[in-house]
Amino acid sequence: MSMGLLRLLRGKKASAPVARERLQILLAHERGMRGQPDLLGVLREEILAVVSKHVTLDPTKVIVRLERGDDVSTLEVDIEVPNDFERKKAAVA
Amino acid sequence: MAKVLVVTSGKGGVGKTTTTAALGAALAQRGDKVVVVDFDVGLRNLDLVMGAERRVVFDLINVVQGVAKLPQALIKDKRLENLWLLPASQTRDKDALTEEGVGKVIDDLRSRFDWVICDSPAGIERGASMAMRFADEAVIVTNPEVSSVRDSDRIIGMLDSKTVRAEKGERVEKHILITRYDPSRAARGEMLTIDDILEILATPLLGIIPESQDVLKASNVGTPVTLSNADGAPARAYIDAARRLCGDTVPMQVPTERKRFMDRLLRRRAA
Repeated sequence: MSMGLLRLLRGKKASAPVARERLQILLAHERGMRGQPDLLGVLREEILAVVSKHVTLDPTKVIVRLERGDDVSTLEVDIEVPNDFERKKAAVA
Repeated sequence: MAKVLVVTSGKGGVGKTTTTAALGAALAQRGDKVVVVDFDVGLRNLDLVMGAERRVVFDLINVVQGVAKLPQALIKDKRLENLWLLPASQTRDKDALTEEGVGKVIDDLRSRFDWVICDSPAGIERGASMAMRFADEAVIVTNPEVSSVRDSDRIIGMLDSKTVRAEKGERVEKHILITRYDPSRAARGEMLTIDDILEILATPLLGIIPESQDVLKASNVGTPVTLSNADGAPARAYIDAARRLCGDTVPMQVPTERKRFMDRLLRRRAA
């Protein structure tokens, strides 16, 4: 009551409820991940293995990023391919 | 029966060392025989907070490695008859803490003391995992702030899986100690509430230590806050927490801003 009144008088929004909600969402996720293998690490290794079959890659130039959204998440795989990729492909064929 | 208590948090700077010293002193004042053990190898500070920094000869690593015997490394507190300190090494690194070696030292300490209080370093690496490894109980020091609560949750997960007790299918008894609680900010809705923290961490509360200048003053002079200003709010909160650790039922005092408000009022009148 007094908290609400004070806030009303000051015309400010309390930030604590935001903190609480962010923590609850984050920790629900982190607790689920605990003890699980590192998904991004596994994905990175396997994608790297597949692409390496066909192209010579610098493993440090493969970046896997995961962005979590409310409804959907995006998995972004960024692979830097050397410029002589086409020539090598022609040579193989 | 000796109890091994780890004071831990994950996050740094939340008050683990202050809490170790304050609870250690409060338990010793009750008449229990207490040793506080610094596990922060390479960055020791418990000696400084306890005011024993000039009396360190041997340390935990020396004992673990057999260079010194345990009684040679234990430093007796000058104020309290029942309080002892086992300092960390300042020069070695945390890899010197072997599980076998630490286990032997803890067993030896168990036979000599009622309470073995392990002051964990921040983080989740070797020093922190060794500090909690042999614990029967844990005090998780948490600030009402998102990063501290998140790290506490992580530490709770470790206490439930990576301790000797957890591996034997037993429980480490866990307690949340909220420190640096600022009642005026809580009243303004700027700080996570006690209920929020307890609900999120699903762990019982041991005490609430208000934010206070007493804490800094105590560390400045190297005295546990429960001794330096025994009537102050943080000291009383720590003494109550120590009583709860011993199984006493003590009503929980939630710090309020009333006193501060009165202070302000009085100050304004005086001016």
